[in-house]
Amino acid sequence: MISEIFEIVIYIFLAIGVFFNLLAGIGLLRFPDVYTRLHAGTKCTTFGSIFLIGSVILLGLRMWWNNDADGSILAIHSIVALVAILVTNPTGAHALARAAHRSGVEPYGAVVDDLKGTIKPKAESKPKKKPVKKKKTSTKKEEGK
Amino acid sequence: MIEVIEGLDTLYLVVLGMLFLSVVMAMIRVILGPTAPDRAVGLDTINTIVIVSMIIFGIAKGSVIYIDVAIVYALLSFISILFIAKYLEGGEF
Repeated sequence: MISEIFEIVIYIFLAIGVFFNLLAGIGLLRFPDVYTRLHAGTKCTTFGSIFLIGSVILLGLRMWWNNDADGSILAIHSIVALVAILVTNPTGAHALARAAHRSGVEPYGAVVDDLKGTIKPKAESKPKKKPVKKKKTSTKKEEGK
Repeated sequence: MIEVIEGLDTLYLVVLGMLFLSVVMAMIRVILGPTAPDRAVGLDTINTIVIVSMIIFGIAKGSVIYIDVAIVYALLSFISILFIAKYLEGGEF
């Protein structure tokens, strides 16, 4: 009974994870901008990885339920890998977004940059870091800037 | 050797194929990205998908050693992405 429930949940988790990883690839191809590509390429892969590794963890727990000692090793190692992904992936995305903003890449269709003077390249007392905010206007002028 | 549900290892290979498709799309972005941060974003995405693919491949082939490799790969790719970001940012280390 419990094994069958585990099996169905494993299939559902695999479907969700593959769907979101494919969305990450499509978003990387289709979005117009560095920041929106970061949005697609980092959030979608993190969410999809949670579900794909979650299916592996559930498989390990199912083997452990059926008195197989290898399942516990599988589940614990997968949990460690999941924690490593969850800690490192948003941090790397934040560093990349900050680097893109400081190296002068402007958002698509941006006219006014609110963070122009607030984030300095080398400041002793750093101001509080906000996420990069995009102002969009209806008329897309100055695209070649 | 890990005993799995029958038919599940084939399903995991299908999942690997779809992840490979996603890697190919990210690779296209790496090749034709207009600026350097675009390419770095593509590399970051490829790293994450490769970690997940290692875990899925380990479960499909029935050996736990791939998952340990994936943990080490995750930490090393994080450090490399931080270095690339610091290089793009300019300034001092």
